[in-house]
Amino acid sequence: MIELAINKMLHGAQGAMPLHVNLNIEEGEFVALSGKSGSGKTTLLRILAGLEEAEGEIKVDNKFWLKNTKSLPVQKREIGFVFQDYALFENMSVEKNLLFVSNDKALAEKLLELTELTELKNRYPNSLSGGQKQRVSICRALMKRPKILLLDEPLSALDPAMRTTLQNELLMLHKEFGTTTIMVSHDPSEIYRLANRVIVLQNGQIINDGSPKEILLKTQGSQKFSFEGELLEIKKIDVIYIATVAIGQQLVEVVISSKEAKNLQIGQSIRLSTKAFTPIVTQN
Amino acid sequence: MNYEPFVISFKLAALTAFILFCIALPLSWYLSQTKSRIKPFLEALTALPIVLPPSVLGFYLLWALSYNSPIGHFFEETFGVKLVFSFTGLVVASCFYSLPFMVQPLQNGFESINKNMLEASYIAGKSKLQTIFFVALPNMKPAVLTALIVTFAHTVGEFGVVLMVGGSIPGETKVASVAIYEMVENMDYTAAHIYSAIMVGLSFVVLLSVYIFNARQNRRFGL
Repeated sequence: MIELAINKMLHGAQGAMPLHVNLNIEEGEFVALSGKSGSGKTTLLRILAGLEEAEGEIKVDNKFWLKNTKSLPVQKREIGFVFQDYALFENMSVEKNLLFVSNDKALAEKLLELTELTELKNRYPNSLSGGQKQRVSICRALMKRPKILLLDEPLSALDPAMRTTLQNELLMLHKEFGTTTIMVSHDPSEIYRLANRVIVLQNGQIINDGSPKEILLKTQGSQKFSFEGELLEIKKIDVIYIATVAIGQQLVEVVISSKEAKNLQIGQSIRLSTKAFTPIVTQN
Repeated sequence: MNYEPFVISFKLAALTAFILFCIALPLSWYLSQTKSRIKPFLEALTALPIVLPPSVLGFYLLWALSYNSPIGHFFEETFGVKLVFSFTGLVVASCFYSLPFMVQPLQNGFESINKNMLEASYIAGKSKLQTIFFVALPNMKPAVLTALIVTFAHTVGEFGVVLMVGGSIPGETKVASVAIYEMVENMDYTAAHIYSAIMVGLSFVVLLSVYIFNARQNRRFGL
């Protein structure tokens, strides 16, 4: 259980902005932090990790990590952190990157096996692809068997196919290690696949907090438009099939026929079109 | 031919490089990490020996290290060490004279290291000291080598400060550059030629090896 109540003045591109966050996160949750850039997501992650100072309280499993000005040093917080740019130790081989964190050979071997990196264990980071580097980075973050795994837009630099593979691996590792995971992400399909809770930040405040479905689905109003999208899920409810599709930055659910349901595959790129004779216009 | 001045020069340069590395390591790390307002003052102070005429530096050092000043007095009374016109004094003077040549490459090196890499090491539970030695330094080998070699070479090449603080005592403070100066004064051009040629050759070889090493490192890390 993470209890967090923090305040910090941020000095961003739009001038000073207070970051004010009150938040409880249950053990084992997979939380996605979303919001425009500059809204304070990364700062929040860094405060939790102890990489940045803040006022307030952070309590993890009844132990204070931050209380007023007393702060537990980053070295003593039980966290793993995955950076957007991987930040691997360039002077060490893949295996050494893991063992540097903790000299637990069995765990390193297990992690490398789970992420199919065993063959690459003697290679150096500069000879790896982006996806391989991020895998190593995730393994390294888990070497401490952290209570909390923090991921700062871990997959945003990777191509879609690699992203999907790593999303599945992340979910598998999250379950296997039973960590509480907090991930900064902008990608609705990624959030939908991985997280069981989404927190949306705007100008340093939480403006939305709920399940990915509640927050990401925007099915109100019908459009007489045609959209390209990615099919995420097909669910059968009684006699109808419901498909969940990612279109651009949003997710929609549509009813499809059983014949269509049989011919479609999850992950496929599809075109959705709909007629609407009485469109509803809502102002943003 | 007497090669003793070369031996003294190299002994002085090696010792200076070693001592300065130990002093400059924490200083350059601090300068690379701090956001404090005193940073520009420290940087300007460290860079002073580059712009000051060696005679100014030599004069102040002579004044500060002599028996008449509190510092020189303290060292001579407490440790029995004479700091002017002695080899020890030369080492102290060289450390001031060559300080920027050690601090600046190391500071640039530390600043070039990805901050996230250092933070990843802290998150892994490693202290600052462990991070410096196991993560930062191994990832900036060209900077470390440049700092050591340039400091060494610069100390071998110093003349003004050495002459003022050390004089020219054979076997004690008479380094190669001072020896050449005296040879020219005495119109012993043959010896001056030989000494000078050796200096040019050695300096070139040292610099060449630094550049070759750095080029190889950059290729290896794909920079």
